[in-house]
This record gives sequence, structure tokens and C-alpha cells, in this order.
Amino acid sequence: MKLIANLSDQTSASALNDVKTVVLANDADPHGVSLDGVQRIDLNFPKFTDGRAFSQAFLLRRRLEFKGEIRATGDVLVDQLAQMERSGFDVAVLRGDQDLGIAQKVLAAYPGYGVGKYQGDAVTIAPHFITRAA
Amino acid sequence: MYQYTEFDRQFVKARANQYRDQLTRWQNGQLPEEEFRPLRLQNGWYVQRYAPMLRVAVPYGEVSSAQLRVLATIAREYDQPTPALLADAQATQDKLGPVLLTGGKSVHTHLTKGYAHFTTRQNVQYNWIPLDKSADVMDLLASVDMHGIQTSGNCIRNITSDERAGIAVDEIADPRPFGEIMRQWSTLHPEFAFLPRKFKIAISGATEDRAAIGWHDVGLQMLHNAEGELGFKVLVGGGMGRTPVIASVIREFLPWHQIMNYLEAIVRVYNRYGRRDNIYKARIKILVKAEGQKYFDDVEAEYKQIIEHDGGPHTITQAEYDRVAACFVPPVLHAETAGAHARSDAQLHATAAENIQFARWLQQNVAPHRNPDLRAVTLSFKRLGQAPGDATADQLDIAADLADTFSAGEARVSHEQNLILPWVRADELHALWLAARAAGLAKANIHLLTDMIACPGGDFCSLANARSLPIAEAITERYQDFDELHDIGEVDLHISGCINSCGHHHSGHIGILGVDKDGKEWYQVSLGGSDGSLLSGPAVPGKAVGPSFSAAEVPDVIEALLQTYRLQREGRETFISTLRRVGPEPFKLAANSARFSVARADTADASLS
Repeated sequence: MKLIANLSDQTSASALNDVKTVVLANDADPHGVSLDGVQRIDLNFPKFTDGRAFSQAFLLRRRLEFKGEIRATGDVLVDQLAQMERSGFDVAVLRGDQDLGIAQKVLAAYPGYGVGKYQGDAVTIAPHFITRAA
Repeated sequence: MYQYTEFDRQFVKARANQYRDQLTRWQNGQLPEEEFRPLRLQNGWYVQRYAPMLRVAVPYGEVSSAQLRVLATIAREYDQPTPALLADAQATQDKLGPVLLTGGKSVHTHLTKGYAHFTTRQNVQYNWIPLDKSADVMDLLASVDMHGIQTSGNCIRNITSDERAGIAVDEIADPRPFGEIMRQWSTLHPEFAFLPRKFKIAISGATEDRAAIGWHDVGLQMLHNAEGELGFKVLVGGGMGRTPVIASVIREFLPWHQIMNYLEAIVRVYNRYGRRDNIYKARIKILVKAEGQKYFDDVEAEYKQIIEHDGGPHTITQAEYDRVAACFVPPVLHAETAGAHARSDAQLHATAAENIQFARWLQQNVAPHRNPDLRAVTLSFKRLGQAPGDATADQLDIAADLADTFSAGEARVSHEQNLILPWVRADELHALWLAARAAGLAKANIHLLTDMIACPGGDFCSLANARSLPIAEAITERYQDFDELHDIGEVDLHISGCINSCGHHHSGHIGILGVDKDGKEWYQVSLGGSDGSLLSGPAVPGKAVGPSFSAAEVPDVIEALLQTYRLQREGRETFISTLRRVGPEPFKLAANSARFSVARADTADASLS
């Protein structure tokens, strides 16, 4: 997952015009959005403890088979990046005070990444008990 | 018991390392308290009234002797406040005053240390471990395949089951392999790490529900359909707290191999639509109540998509079921047991005839087993001078030895806050009794009044409105006579220090709930709750008998209730049966008559006792 350190690195307004982007509130139904030609969907974490965007990302990535960029915005902290990546986000815009170096370290040290994860997710569909046997 | 693979071990170790890193960053000021809080909660660490509280996960209650010994080590070496902290805490609690009893006696708070506490969800808690030792404790737990993963936080919590899972006489199917498979599926599930609120699952595999499934966010009942296929009846939306609700049936039958796909649907719809605006309205029970059939339809639609579009990725394969189930076969016991029951029956009768204490222990603490040569034995952690469900470090070590000697190295934490030994040979019962009695763990009070459930309450918990432990002690102290206890018979007394209901007061035949009135400790007494067991009937919350009582009145109220029962009962009717037959009015009358008038509060009336 690509980590964007702060908002100033965010794709500029003019660039946005070249990238067809949809911004979804975290209580919006992903099914209700037309994805035709959409290249990027920005999902939001109003508070890091509000996990609705994880389900939105899953539905967009797996159920609706959205192939474009799913971007995490809002209260994006280093300790939730792994859950975001596994739920289908491929870009995360870190909250302004979050340290990029710590973010990368924490992401790499997530229990699932070293040894494998128990359950399937938006990215690795099969759970461990299937992949282990293969 | 489930045997950890290398994968499982590495995972728990990685988790302990992750926690250590989070703790260090917090200690260094790199991680603010508010952001550290959910992370430590999802490893079991609360910050409590005087010290942190750790909740160790004991999946579906199963614990090995090796694990008990580590739990003992943690109690002995880590559950130790500094003398200053303990003295300060004790002094603060003493300011609340003693609970004055009739007859001039009183009960004080006496804070203890160096012990573990068995919880109503089959977990183990500690009340004094400092946070700066927390990472060390997680490492120590990991060394015996234990952890605190998701024992708190707004995520899927410990999956609980029947204390007799796999050994019950009325077993339909062993729920433990499914408990383990679901545990793994829920462990660090990335999409469900920040649900609106906590999520609790219970599973029963027997005809009688000993897992209180109706009281859980998801309750699972194993059963066979008309075609003889194994599956689950799925209940959703039960819970205690401010709004006690019994779960509704969302699915009469779900094939066994689909349980994780179906759970995924339940939890995803909850994650999307559960309320986020009010933490007191955020449990799934609120969503189910508010939406009713719409919620059920949403779940079925989501489940359909998981199967048809996503391909049901978490369909349990026969291979995975077999792999996990292989861990749950009965142990090979150390000597020939076949025929033991024939030999032992005569021996037991003879010994019991000589020794009334042994006879009572057989009657109360020993339960029948699927294997007629074996028994399930409850070690009682309900005794005067110790809070219900507390075990000292020495007691934990002794329990480990007893498990090794008598129970193939295995024990279970029961929902009633005791320890079960599930593989005891019938012809070793007397030897076990002698050993347990020597250790003070053979009080023959299982299922009786003093086998009460109590949360730690206001002495330890910052959420509590009132203390629970002095109330528990006062009642225990009043009912020490075994003849009287036996005469009262089976009764479920459940005590919670606050509405969070960790003491399950809603499901007690008699419930006591600490409430805050004008900053002082008051208690609401309720009647007629049920956990869904055969004794108690279908799950239902109890009803308050009237306005709350002061601490001093509570033991008298209990006495009045039990006296009413003895006056009203027919034959050998249990308390709950009499209550259901005659209705609550005579009981309410008696309870409310036990209130002190202003005059009586000053001079405890001797005629009450």
C-alpha cells in the first residue's frame, strides 16, 4: 500500500481532473455509486475508531470488483494501515502528525505479514487453512 | 485441547511483539493515550480504578495444566501492587465504609493481590499488573500459547461454550472444533477491527443450553435437520446491559461448513449499519430490534453474495474440520478405565455412606459424563474469605497438579467462575476429593446459593457504581450451614456492580445490581431471570422487586426471598420453579418488608435474624 505522508502530497486539484475520482462519505452505500470510468474512490475515516470504511473498501474491491485506486483519507493512523491494506485500500493519506517512518515499520511488523494471516480478505481471498494446504 | 501449530505460535509471538512496540511508543510519547487505548484493549489491557486489568483469553474455556502454571506465575510474580499502591487503594475503599449486617456484624472490603479471577465468559483476569510489565506478561503467555487478543475492544471477543463441551451426556455434536475454527477466523479480522461495539459469540453443542446462547450477540445451537445433516440454529441480537434482550432466531438451520460465511454476513451488516452515535445504543441487539426483518433480509442478501459472488472463501473444508477436530478426541487415560464404573459405583456408595461430606460433594460437584467410566468434577472457587471465582497463585498450581493427576492435564473455566476437571475416572473420585479438600477446593456448594456469580465490582472496577464483593461475602457468610444451603437447593444468584452486567445479574434467579444513588451504594434486586438452562427455563431477564436497597439491607432481602421460597414450595421444587408457579408477588412483598425503616436502620433488629 502506498503511503502519502500528508495532504500537501495529495494529488493536486488539477491532477484530480485527470483522475476521475469519487468521494464517498463513510455511511454511503458503495452499491449506490456508478463506477463507470471511475479511477479513484476516496473513502473516509472520520475517526479512526469508526470502521465502516473497511467494509466499504471490501465491497468495492471484492464485490463490485472495482479495479481502480481506493484511497483512505481522514483519521488515518499508522496502527490501522494493515487493516486498510487487507480490506482493499491501496493508498493511505496519513493524518498530518503521523510519522511515515514509523508507519512503514509498523506496517511491516503486522503479525499477518511475517507469518501469514488466518482469514481471507479483500486482497488474499483464501484463508490460511486453504493456502496452507495448497 | 487444540494443539498450536508452528503457524499459530509464530502468530501469537508476532502479536506480542507488535504489542510491545505499541507500548514502547506510548511510553515514549509517540503514541497518544487515546490512540493507544484501542490497541491495548484488543490485547486485553484495561486501565482500572487502581491499576490495569488484564483479561487473558481462554478460548471456549479450555486450559491445560501447563497454562494454569503460567497463570499461577503471573499471579505470583506480576499481580503485585507496590505496598503503597495497595495501602492507598485499601484506604480509599475503606472510606466507603463497611457493609453493616444485622446482629452487629459487618463486612469490609479487603483487597487481595497475587491471584487470578475466572470470568463469566470463561476468561481469566488480573487486577494489579502494572502496564510497564504488560509486554513481558504477553510474552510469558505466548510461551504457553496464550494471549489477550480481542478480549476487549469493539471487535469479536472470546467465543464461549458449554463447560461440558465434548463430554456432555446430552451432546449433539462437539462445539469445540467450531469454536476453534471461528476463533481463528475472527483473530485480527481486518474488516471487523473497529465495530460499533463489542461482539460476543457463544456456541452450544448439547440439548441443554449451558452456554447462555440467548444472551449473546450471536448464539449458535448445534443440531441436525430432518435429513440428519449437522448444522447450526443461528440466533442474533441478545445482550445484557442497560437493555437486556434475548436473541432472535435468524436461521433455523445453517449447514455446519457455512458458519464463517454466515458470520461474515452478520458482522458486515452490523459494521455498516450499527449505530455509531451513542455507545449505549451501539450493540447489535439495538440494530436487530430497530430493523427487525430488514436486518435479517440484509444478512441473507449479504450471505448470498458471499456464497454466489465471492465463492464462499471461508467454507469449512472437511480437511480443516478434521485437522482441528483431531485435537479434541478424548485423551488416553493413564490406566484401563473400561468397567471402572461398575467397580467404582459400589465403592462410591460405600464411601459415601461412611462420609456425608463426600456424599454431598458427589451430589453437588460431580456431574455425569458421556463416558460412563468418567465424571466431570467442579473445583469450587466459592468460599468464605475469597471473592467468587478468585484463585490464588498456589491454588492455580494445585489445580494444575490436580488436572495432571486426575484429568489428563486439562481443565475448563466455567461461566459460573469455577474450574472443571473434565476427564476424571469414577474410581478416582475419592482420591480427588481428598486432594481437593486438602486444598480447600472441594466445598460441596456447586449450583447452590453460595456458588454465586460476582463481578469484581467497585473495589477494582472504575465502571462500577457499587461494590459487589462485600455483598457476596455478606451473603456467603450468612449461609455457611450446609444443611440450610442444601435445603435451599439450586438457585442462581448473580451480582453485578453496575449495568455493564459482567456479573450477569439479568440472568440470575436472584439478581443484584449496584446502582449509584446520590453518590452512595445502592442495590437493585431482581427476580426470575434465566440463562436458558433446563433448570431455569427459556432465557429471560429478571424483574426488579422494587426500589433499590442499601447494602446493609441486601442480605436481609436475600434471606426474605429464600424464606418465602421455603414457605411456598411444594415438595422438592427448586427456587425458580416455585417462583414461576406462585408468581413474584409474595417474594416482592417479603423483599420490600425487609427494608429498614429509619428507626430500624439505627438499631439492627435482632428478630430479623
